[in-house]
Amino acid sequence: MGETTSLIQIKGIRDGLLVTLGDAAWPDLVAAFIENIESRASFFQGGRVVLDVGSHDLRVAELSKLRDQLSERGIYLWAVLSESGLTERTAQNLGLATRLSKPHLSEVQAVPEQLPEDAAKWVKGPLRSGGKVACEGNVVVLGDVNSGAEIVAGGSIIVWGRLRGSVHAGAQGDETAFVCALELAPTQIRIAGAIAVSPEKQKRKQPEVARFQDGRLEVEPWHAGTGR
Amino acid sequence: MAAWKLNPGMPARDGEMNAKVITIASGKGGVGKTTSVANIAVALASRGQKVTCIDGDIGLRNLDVILGLENRIVYDLVDVVEGRCRLRQAMIRDKRLSELYLIPAAQTRDKSAVSPSDMVRLCDELRSEVDWILIDSPAGIERGFKNAIAPADRVLVLTNPEVSAVRDADRVIGLLEAEGKGPAALVINRLDMSMVRRGDMLSVEDVLDLLAIDLIGIVPEDDSVIVASNRGQPLALDGKNKAGLAFQNIARRLMGEKVPFIDFDTPNVFQRLLGRK
Repeated sequence: MGETTSLIQIKGIRDGLLVTLGDAAWPDLVAAFIENIESRASFFQGGRVVLDVGSHDLRVAELSKLRDQLSERGIYLWAVLSESGLTERTAQNLGLATRLSKPHLSEVQAVPEQLPEDAAKWVKGPLRSGGKVACEGNVVVLGDVNSGAEIVAGGSIIVWGRLRGSVHAGAQGDETAFVCALELAPTQIRIAGAIAVSPEKQKRKQPEVARFQDGRLEVEPWHAGTGR
Repeated sequence: MAAWKLNPGMPARDGEMNAKVITIASGKGGVGKTTSVANIAVALASRGQKVTCIDGDIGLRNLDVILGLENRIVYDLVDVVEGRCRLRQAMIRDKRLSELYLIPAAQTRDKSAVSPSDMVRLCDELRSEVDWILIDSPAGIERGFKNAIAPADRVLVLTNPEVSAVRDADRVIGLLEAEGKGPAALVINRLDMSMVRRGDMLSVEDVLDLLAIDLIGIVPEDDSVIVASNRGQPLALDGKNKAGLAFQNIARRLMGEKVPFIDFDTPNVFQRLLGRK
């Protein structure tokens, strides 16, 4: 289900996020939209947004200001849908798309707000510097996590690749959470309330797992077959 | 009716130009973006290509100095965007290569004077006139960077073989992927093989291993690059120099040639004599 307030509606679609603005005055809509973004920054961060502005007549100044406001918050506005000819021309002048590649509304898919328990957020790597993944459940990354990237998970973190960024597993206090990687060399690692840094120059390049044990972080090689 | 029959009188597209827009970005400052833009542009132009460079570093312009054209500036990028002159009037022709042009940045303004859509419009207007548009991105990942990548068909990410530059390149590559501008191609600049051999510098393999993108050029450290830049005589003009040759090779790869990478790890004369016997 999409998130709904009285002014704006946000849905996940194949091409990114579809944001539908209602009939209120334009400045109010923009303010509500920005407020919505700021209350859920990590949800929007790096997102591609399609804006459906209905019958609002928008001029270049209004639309380009909104686009700049979005881009300052790390959001890429790439298309504007409108019933107004003026707005469509404005969008085209700004180099924005005015049509989706497929008939859009029929393809709208619900983005689950909450993942079921034991589910994991699936991240296709590499997760590069500046990239951040935050999730209440577990996180699985297929690829490297580079220095400067950050993962915060309520559950465990599994990296099928080299882990060099910062990770926090069990961020809400779960001491049974663990972190494992094909090469475990994080800038900083936290599990629940414990925090540690990687030892300098570790030679062994083998899969390892970090757990919270007896009040501290323990790292040990991953032994195939034993599941630990 | 088939679409191609509708305009039988249209001229063949062969004679028309449709420029490729290449942006050079790095995130970190001081890794050699501007020098590389100047040298790649010179290398392309010396191969008969029609090239326009755009200096995207509004407020901190440098490309004009490195190309040796600073005293010819009348109009700049901001003048074009704000309609004080036509695009043609802001294009400064190079003194050595008649097919090389520069659109300089304004020195008295800042990045907010231009928007990403201004850059897209400007490049679209230029596309039919030249083969290549090279854009020199400013350092950072803010407005200037966004302006520079907005019109790009392809982005070259430039880095030095050092940890902080590679980290910033990684960030830039991530941003490009998020903006749908990937895949970027990598240029490793200022590689010093003697430092790599001593273990004091990241090797090409280390950098590629971290960034995991395609390599398009390796430029060796060379003191004469700075001398050439100060004189406004880009190195790629002479072509005998190793760094100049590396920039020539990048130009050839951009043009679609398969050029093997120069092996900068060749032993010096003394080692070679001993080895050969």
